[in-house]
Amino acid sequence: MAMIEIKSISKWFGQFQALKECTTQVDKGEVVVVCGPSGSGKSTLIKCVNALEPIQQGEIIVDGIRVNDPKTDLPKLRSLVGMVFQHFELFPHMTVLDNVSLGQVKVLGRKPDEAAENSKKLLHRVGLSHHAHKHPGQLSGGQQQRVAIARALAMNPICMLFDEPTSALDPEMINEVLDVMVELAQEGMTMMVVTHEMGFAKKVAHRVIFMDAGAIVEDDKKEEFFGSPRSERAQQFLSKILHH
Amino acid sequence: MNYHWNWGIFFEQIKGGDETYLDWLITGFGWTVSVSLSAWVIALLLGFLVGTIRTAPSPWLVRLGTAYVELFRNVPLLVQMFLWFFVVPELLPRDLALWVKQDMPAKEFITATVCLGLFTSARIAEQVRAGIGSLPRGQSMAGLAMGFTLAQTYRYVILPMAFRIVIPPLTSEFMNIFKNSSVAFAIGVLELTFQARQMQEDSEQGIETYLAVTVLYFACAFIANRVMAFIEKRTQVPGYITSAK
Ligand SMILES: Nc1ncnc2c1ncn2[C@@H]1O[C@H](COP(=O)(O)OP(=O)(O)O)[C@@H](O)[C@H]1O
Ligand SMILES: [Mg+2]
Repeated sequence: MAMIEIKSISKWFGQFQALKECTTQVDKGEVVVVCGPSGSGKSTLIKCVNALEPIQQGEIIVDGIRVNDPKTDLPKLRSLVGMVFQHFELFPHMTVLDNVSLGQVKVLGRKPDEAAENSKKLLHRVGLSHHAHKHPGQLSGGQQQRVAIARALAMNPICMLFDEPTSALDPEMINEVLDVMVELAQEGMTMMVVTHEMGFAKKVAHRVIFMDAGAIVEDDKKEEFFGSPRSERAQQFLSKILHH
Repeated sequence: MNYHWNWGIFFEQIKGGDETYLDWLITGFGWTVSVSLSAWVIALLLGFLVGTIRTAPSPWLVRLGTAYVELFRNVPLLVQMFLWFFVVPELLPRDLALWVKQDMPAKEFITATVCLGLFTSARIAEQVRAGIGSLPRGQSMAGLAMGFTLAQTYRYVILPMAFRIVIPPLTSEFMNIFKNSSVAFAIGVLELTFQARQMQEDSEQGIETYLAVTVLYFACAFIANRVMAFIEKRTQVPGYITSAK
């Protein structure tokens, strides 16, 4: 069953076409990794899924909701789709606990103490119970990103989008974040993950999408992608990131 | 210099009355503080509103905000004072104009407060716009991605940080508003500068008068500065400076 359907979408920034008739689909429980060179449109593609970026052509459907229908309640839709950013984007003026609780209270209407209980459970799950009272600026990058994942999970999302969640991290912190993501994947979360961590892709991805210049060039089962990517660009790209 | 010093002048009675000169200065100081604080409330509310509007996704709102700021920034404060006092009432419908000119209570005070408040709000709006602009674009995306409406994103994510960022320029504005309030004397508000001129003419002790006034203005600006420093300290975000990119 399709959770995210992306049907022939195109997007322009002014004259510049950032996405060219992209079509793909993420099924419920599926983990799809999106890779490709910088500027190829990966971030733009996943930001279209929760309408952070509008599209000019095509259609996106998330869990049966037509994202680009002007009648769609976008805040409602976005609350169903968790998102994790490259630069964490925690709210610096709030404690870690409040970061995780805020959306539950203000969007889902949970009671503050109920939300705080839930937040504590999630912080425990990402291994940060002892940091609940701190502010984001007092945590390492890896810890901040784990808080960001907990914050997204707190909304009980039906699927999760990740935009290069480990590429702003020092190498020694990458694994603590990937471990949390692997666990999520194994629990059956539907995930669309922009990343160049091919180890993660090999471990938990079902499919790999390769983008170049705004177009989806490859969209294969993991085994096929790593076995024999068809396009020359994808092969070049893979040999570059696998050998450094 | 054969100036005749008389520091006792403040306790002498004014010519033909039973108040002392000190009473005059205290009244003046009271009006100065009233005009300044009332104008400050207007300036903060409108400044944050207009500054926020100038970062909105709608180009029309942005243009409206920009026009507002340019209007109040590009005309001298003293001229604005006269415009509000002499010109604006003429532009009102006839009955209202008549009421404003003849019956409006505390007309000078209200005019000066509104004028100073709007003038300062334009400057604050500019600072707020710049403060919001200096936040990473990902912050508002994170708010929206969580399911906040645009208004909630501003309320819970953008404005709390923008406020902290603009505290240093806001401190100058808060100090300025006390100093700028002296312009209100031009339309007859009985504030400190007005009373000082009157005392100087009446008592002919200009040096004592203006030294006292200097100390009072200095005290206002100084207290304003300390109040803002206190707020800055209270709202400081642990770890933020060191983690700022
Ligand atoms: N807000 C924007 N305005 C104009 N151009 C943009 C904007 N966002 C992205 N782009 C352009 O769109 C292209 C794709 O960007 P992006 O999706 O961020 O690439 P990736 O995430 O694959 O590195 C790039 O050429 C980038 O310069
Ligand atoms: Mg990107």
